[in-house]
Amino acid sequence: MNEAVMEYDEPLTTDYHTQYLTFTLANELYAVDILRVKEIRGWKQPTLIPNAPDYIKGLINIRGMIIPVMDLRVHFNIGSKEYTPTTVVIVLSVKQGTTSRTMGIVVDTVADVVKVAESALASALPVKGTISAETISGMINIKKQTATVLAVEKLFELRKSNDRKLKSNE
Amino acid sequence: MTIDVEQFHQVFFEECIENLDILEQGLLTFGNAAVDDEIVNHIFRAAHSIKGGAATFNFIDIAEITHELEFILDQVREGSRRLLSKDLTHMLTAVDAVHKIVEMRKGGNKTPLANQQVVITLLRCIANSESQDITEKQTDIQKINNPSELLDPTSHHDEVKQTLQINRNNAEQPVVNEWEVIFIPSRHIFLTGNDPIRFIRELTELAELTVQTNIKQLPDWEFIEPEDCFLSWYIKLTGAITKSTILEVFEWIADECQLTITPLKKEEAIQQEEVIQQEEPDTSSQSFVEISPAELNKKSSQTQELASVKQEQAPAINIGNQSIRVNVEKIDHLFDLVGELVITQSMLSDLGSRLSLDNLDSIERLQSGLAQLLQNTKELQESVMQIRMVPISFIFNRFPRIVHDLANQLGKKVDLKIEGEGTELDKNVMEQLVDPLVHLVRNALDHGIEETESRLQAKKPVTGVIKLSAYHRGGIIVIEIFDDGVGLNRQAILSKAQTKGLIKSSEHLSDAQIFDLVFEPGFSTAKTVTGVSGRGVGMDVVRKNIYSLGGHITVESEQGNFSRFQIILPLTLAILDGQLVKVGSETYVIPLNTIVESLQMVPDAIQQISGALEVYRLRRENIPIIRLYELLNITPVNTSLTSALLVVVEADGNKFGLLVDDLLAQQQVVIKSLEANYDKVPGISGGTILGDGTVALILDISGLVRLITDELFVKPCAA
Repeated sequence: MNEAVMEYDEPLTTDYHTQYLTFTLANELYAVDILRVKEIRGWKQPTLIPNAPDYIKGLINIRGMIIPVMDLRVHFNIGSKEYTPTTVVIVLSVKQGTTSRTMGIVVDTVADVVKVAESALASALPVKGTISAETISGMINIKKQTATVLAVEKLFELRKSNDRKLKSNE
Repeated sequence: MTIDVEQFHQVFFEECIENLDILEQGLLTFGNAAVDDEIVNHIFRAAHSIKGGAATFNFIDIAEITHELEFILDQVREGSRRLLSKDLTHMLTAVDAVHKIVEMRKGGNKTPLANQQVVITLLRCIANSESQDITEKQTDIQKINNPSELLDPTSHHDEVKQTLQINRNNAEQPVVNEWEVIFIPSRHIFLTGNDPIRFIRELTELAELTVQTNIKQLPDWEFIEPEDCFLSWYIKLTGAITKSTILEVFEWIADECQLTITPLKKEEAIQQEEVIQQEEPDTSSQSFVEISPAELNKKSSQTQELASVKQEQAPAINIGNQSIRVNVEKIDHLFDLVGELVITQSMLSDLGSRLSLDNLDSIERLQSGLAQLLQNTKELQESVMQIRMVPISFIFNRFPRIVHDLANQLGKKVDLKIEGEGTELDKNVMEQLVDPLVHLVRNALDHGIEETESRLQAKKPVTGVIKLSAYHRGGIIVIEIFDDGVGLNRQAILSKAQTKGLIKSSEHLSDAQIFDLVFEPGFSTAKTVTGVSGRGVGMDVVRKNIYSLGGHITVESEQGNFSRFQIILPLTLAILDGQLVKVGSETYVIPLNTIVESLQMVPDAIQQISGALEVYRLRRENIPIIRLYELLNITPVNTSLTSALLVVVEADGNKFGLLVDDLLAQQQVVIKSLEANYDKVPGISGGTILGDGTVALILDISGLVRLITDELFVKPCAA
């Protein structure tokens, strides 16, 4: 993983800058606010949760805390993938009032850390892909690629839409 | 240099509620027997610290009400008043009002309480009634002065105010004085949440002031500590006030300031000088001159009060917004254990540095060291668990009041007996147990205990008995609510259940099964709906709450004689003895207390009955087989029942067999909530972390069974 901070290639302003962690799902680039990222760890088979939605892969233990792991590919409907050694779990944490919630998301690879001026954060496109609009907080252009910035808080809410569909077999 | 006083609010509220409980319990004992001095002092102190705290944090309404309470209690303490039962009722109402305000403020609600003025007026009426003559005879002027303190004059009830005013004027008309007050707050006064200005401002309401601020103590800029107070004041007071009135203003911070009050106009009667000053060794200076014995007594008793109130405050441990008060003994024990652990650790590391394979002796010592470590860890764990345990008197103590009020309201005579209030229970369990218990006790009083005439007809003693008891039995806690009333009406329950369609008329049911029906939603056999109970909500909620705590509830009753509700709960929610089982590739934990037995199935005993229902004949019982892998949606390793392993569990009185692939170890597991980061999972009560660092889920047997009964087959008793 490249730890170096890559400057966003537009003229620097006095704007407030936010750092994002970018990662890939299939051939798409995504980004999350780096302040929400607690740690990045390798994929390990989690404990299955009975009758959970298919994008919830299970539960893992991080230092005594039990957290759910969500497969974003499955959740965003962009196909599924065999888990490989480069498959990583990004542990995200959100503070809601006095409690904080933690969750892991499975992504293909972690790409980079970028620093972006707030003004460079474009709003989401008016047309919809397979991701629900409220999960997206905007877009950023990074060199030739465009990253979708995810609203981490919304990801946590979606986890609750547990539709309890009973699959016959995995 | 403002300090966020709000951070102390939580502590104040908690102390307030504790003190209100003390007040309430104390007042209730007044009703029974001769007034015990110890109790009066105790509850007086409680009222006093609420008042002081409320005034400090600017909860004026709380301060006003408790002030009136304190005033009455003070009279009781001095022996100049006897409380009538009418007075007690009013005082209890006042306690309730304060309780309500505290709850409101706690929730951030700042609106004033609607009946606050009524409460205050009631209390004033008590205070001014019967014993007024006596007080006057006692020539203790201070007491009559008291009511005006802290009160906003506009809030006075007019009539009462006038009488008070007259009394006050009569008593002190000739006293127009000039006082010189030197007020030196302790340097750390802001840290205690007090603002000296507030007290000076209070003085302005009493007399005319000339204030000079002394800034000589102010250090240079570079040495200034923004949270310390370097100022002191010279205050000149002119007005119709006595020294005690001035002292009362500063009473709350008596410990935190140095106060010198000198009369300027020398009048013989009040030629006094006094310095009150405690704690603060570094600023200690001159002691005092000439104190009238009366004043001295008053002061010393006050400071004693403050001191003893402080001592009563056990150390509190903060857990986020909540806190627990823990017995110091438990903490000490924990300290000892940690000490031992440190010793074991150093012994082991010493051993580790000198360990060699040739030396068999050292391996033996390593083993014994590890055994010791195991012992330490276990004790430490137990002792930490102990901290979460609080005596059930936390709940039980509120019942004398509830029963007292309700019995009055219903016109019934009831004797409440409480046993085993020292039984300790996990704090979380305790909190969720309050509502169910209150409900059951109210039911017992309302439905159970009969009217006086019916009791006489039935040749029972006129006074009914309600008994609350709690005790340990093995790893569980049993809480019983017993009443010697009418008992449950088997026939009424049956017919009601039939009309509700819960059972078929032809069914043969045991008493236990019939009584169990009262926990069904919408079930009430009360003929009339009273304000107390009988609205058909409640019992099902009671059962639900107790289920969610991992416990269950049973009823025993004999018509015309008694009914007894038994709540059975696990000792703690945080740790359980579990049986680890393997289903497919997953490991699950089954709580050991739910397991009846585990067996390898004999092919002959397996049958399929009543429509693809698999049962296992165990001795005389038919036990439904639950294929866990189906229910939990796991890829099975083995789907054939023949010689597979069955774990027979019991839930809500019914037995079920869980099909598992393998039985692993039995061990204690620490329960972790899944809801903190995920959601409730049906059939799963939580997770735990195994020795290898992976997560294992703990099966919630009752939940699992409900999952099945909801989806797969109909309830055993329902058609």
